[in-house]
Amino acid sequence: MNMRAVATDEAIRISAIIEDCRHLEGPMLPILHKVQAEFGFIPESTKQVIAQALNLSRAEVHGVVSFYHDFRSHPAGRHTLKLCRAEACQAMGSEDLAKSVKARLGIDWHETTPDGAVTLEPVFCLGLCACAPAAMLDGEVYGRLDEHCLSDMVTEARR
Amino acid sequence: MNVTVFVPRDAAALAVGADRVASAIITEARARNLDVHVVRNGSRGLLWLEVLVEVRTDHGRVAYGPVKPSDVPSLFEADFLSGGDHKLAHGLTKEIPFLKGQTRLTFARCGVTDPLSLDDYRHYQGLKGLEKAVTLAPADIVAEVTASGLRGRGGAGFPTGSKWKTVADARADRKYIVCNADEGDSGTFADRMIMEGDPFVLIEGMAIAGIAVGATKGYIYTRSEYPHAISTMEDAIEIARAAGILGPSVLGSPYAFDMEVREGAGAYVCGEETSLLNSLEGKRGIVRAKPPLPALEGLFGKPTVVNNVMSLASIPIILDRGASFYRDFGVGRSHGTIPIQLAGNIRHGGLYETAFGLTLGELVNEIGGGTLTGRPVKAVQVGGPLGAYFPPSLFSTSFDYESFTAAGGLIGHAGVVVFDDAADMLKQARFAMEFCAIESCGKCTPCRIGSTRGVEVVDKIAKGIEPEKNKVLLEDLCNTMKFGSLCALGGFTPYPVMSALTHFPQDFAPVPVREAAE
Ligand SMILES: Cc1cc2nc3c(=O)[nH]c(=O)nc-3n(C[C@H](O)[C@H](O)[C@H](O)COP(=O)(O)O)c2cc1C
Ligand code: SF4
Ligand code: FES
Repeated sequence: MNMRAVATDEAIRISAIIEDCRHLEGPMLPILHKVQAEFGFIPESTKQVIAQALNLSRAEVHGVVSFYHDFRSHPAGRHTLKLCRAEACQAMGSEDLAKSVKARLGIDWHETTPDGAVTLEPVFCLGLCACAPAAMLDGEVYGRLDEHCLSDMVTEARR
Repeated sequence: MNVTVFVPRDAAALAVGADRVASAIITEARARNLDVHVVRNGSRGLLWLEVLVEVRTDHGRVAYGPVKPSDVPSLFEADFLSGGDHKLAHGLTKEIPFLKGQTRLTFARCGVTDPLSLDDYRHYQGLKGLEKAVTLAPADIVAEVTASGLRGRGGAGFPTGSKWKTVADARADRKYIVCNADEGDSGTFADRMIMEGDPFVLIEGMAIAGIAVGATKGYIYTRSEYPHAISTMEDAIEIARAAGILGPSVLGSPYAFDMEVREGAGAYVCGEETSLLNSLEGKRGIVRAKPPLPALEGLFGKPTVVNNVMSLASIPIILDRGASFYRDFGVGRSHGTIPIQLAGNIRHGGLYETAFGLTLGELVNEIGGGTLTGRPVKAVQVGGPLGAYFPPSLFSTSFDYESFTAAGGLIGHAGVVVFDDAADMLKQARFAMEFCAIESCGKCTPCRIGSTRGVEVVDKIAKGIEPEKNKVLLEDLCNTMKFGSLCALGGFTPYPVMSALTHFPQDFAPVPVREAAE
C-alpha cells in the first residue's frame, strides 16, 4: 500500500467510528475510546477529522485527548501491563514488586521494552484492593501477586 | 442428579483464577460423568476466600475456599457435590461469621444470584421497589427517600432526598440521572461488586430516581479500569430493556426511562461530580465552580441528579421496605447500612455491610482479623487517597460520618486500608502529594503547584535537610491547599499528609534517628 492508500484507509476507519457514535449525546469520549481500540493510540491526524465532525477546533480535541491518562499518543507494545500503585497495594508490597518488574524489563513507567513486547503503565486502583497487589495484563486481572507470578506473566508476554 | 455449583465471576475472583476453577470443575464433572450445572454468581465479598466455590445442597449452600484449579479433583474425591468435608470446607455459607454478622440490605442478593438472571432477581425480592414507585406520586417517592435519612455514599454524605427534591422542583424540558460509578479511591470496590454482582439493583434504583425527579435518561459513568463491570452492566441494561423495565413505559407505567454506560479515561478527578459532567459532555474533566449546582444546571446544563452507585442501589429496598425500616439502622445522623470495604494488609479482606456505628478497631481487628502478614497494625487509611491515616490509638472511633469528622478524618466511600509496622508514613505522605500532583485537574494553583512543592518538601525532610523548618513549611502548604482549593482533591490531600505527620512523628524524624530506630 502506498502512503496515500494508508491515509485513505485510516480516514475510512475513522469516519466509520464517528458515524457509529454520532447519535450519542457527548460523543467525544466514546469516539476516542474506539479510535484507540482500533489503532492502539490516537493518531495525530484523527484530531482534525473528529474536530470537523463535532464542530470543534483541532486544539479543543487535542485538549481533551491530552487531559486523560488513558489516551496514548504513540502505540503501546504488544502487551500492556498495568501495575497498581495505589495505597492498598502499597500496603502489600507493590513498590518492591514494581521495582523488580522494572529491573526485569529494563524500563520505567510508561515505557516499552526494546523488543516491543511489553509496555509498563502505573494504574491507581483496580478495585482489587482486598486481593492486593493487583495488576492488569491486556484487560485480564491478576490479584495476590508476588514476584514469582509476575515474572511468569512477563516471561509469557515476551514470548 | 443435577447439582448446582457457584463460581463467582466478580473481577476479584477472576483475578485469583475463578475462570480456571470453573472450567476445571466442568472438565472434572464430565470425566466423572456427573451432571453439574455451574452458575457464575457475583462475589459474596469474603474476598480472602476467593475463589469461593459453593454447592447447593438440601441444607443450603456449602462453601469451599480459597479454591485453586489444582484443588478441584480432591473436592470431587471428598464428594463436595453433597457438601462433603474437605480441608477447604467452611460449612454453610450463611453461617460463616464474616457473613453472618452483616446486615445486608444493599448487598442482599450480591453473590447469591446469577447477576444476569431476571428470574433470580425477582425471586429474591427484586423490582419490588420499582413496582411500588410506579404507583406513587413522584413527590411521595422523594419524601420517602428523604425520610429514610439516606446520605450520599460517594463521600460528601449529602442527604439524597434533598438533592432529589431540588431536581424534582426544577423546571426543564429534560433532566438526567447520572450515576457516579467512577470509584477511584484505593481500598474501595463496593460499586464494582454491585455492578458485577447485582446490576439490576442499580438499574432499578436509577429508574426510581428518574420517576421521582422527572428524568427520562440516565448515565452510568464508570472507570476504564472496570471492564468487567462495564460489560455486565451493559448486558443487564439490554435485558432490562427487553423486559420492559427500561424504555418508553417502565413496567407498563406512563413513565419513560432509559440509560447508558459511559467509560471514563483514567482520570481520578472525574469522580468529582462536576468534572464527571464535563467528561460526559466530551470535555476536559476540569472541575466546575459551584454554584450553579448540578441539581439545577448539570449535564448539558439540565437539572441533574448525580449520585453514587451505593446511594442509588440502596433506593429499591427503601421503597420496598419503607423509609423507617432503613432509617432505624445506624447511629445519630448516620442512618442505614454502610458497605465497608476492608483492604490492603488484612487477613479477612472483603465487603462488610453493617449499620453505622461499629468502631474502627472492631472492623480492623475483630472482623478483619488484623494484618495478613501477622505483624502489628501501624496505620489505617480510611476514605481513600484523600482520607486520614489513623493510628491504633484512635481505634475507638465509631464508623459514622460525624465521629470521623470529629476525629480529623472522613469515611468517604468507606474503604479501610490496613498497613502493618513496615509502613513508612513519610512515604505515605509523599505519595498523597504525588497522587494529587498527578491527578490535579489544574484549575487551582494551590492544588496544582502546591502538591508538587509538597513532594519536594517531604523529600527534603526525608533527607534531613532543615527538617524542622520544612515540617512547618509542609504544614503551611497543607493549609494553603486546604483553604485555597476548589474541590476536595486539593482540599483534602492535607488529611493523609497531616495525619501522617501528626500521628507518626517518628517517621519524619531526621535520618540518623530513623536509622537508629530500625
Ligand atoms: C476528587 C474527587 C473524587 C471523587 N470521586 C468520587 C467517586 O469516584 N465516586 C463518587 O460517587 N463520588 C466521588 N466524589 C464525590 C462526588 O463529587 C459527589 O459528591 C458524589 O458523586 C455525589 O453522590 P452521592 O451524594 O450519592 O454521594 C469525588 C469527589 C472528589 C472531590
Ligand atoms: S483542587 Fe485540584 S482538582 Fe480540584 S479543582 Fe482545584 S486544581 Fe482541580
Ligand atoms: S489499591 Fe491496588 S487494586 Fe485497589
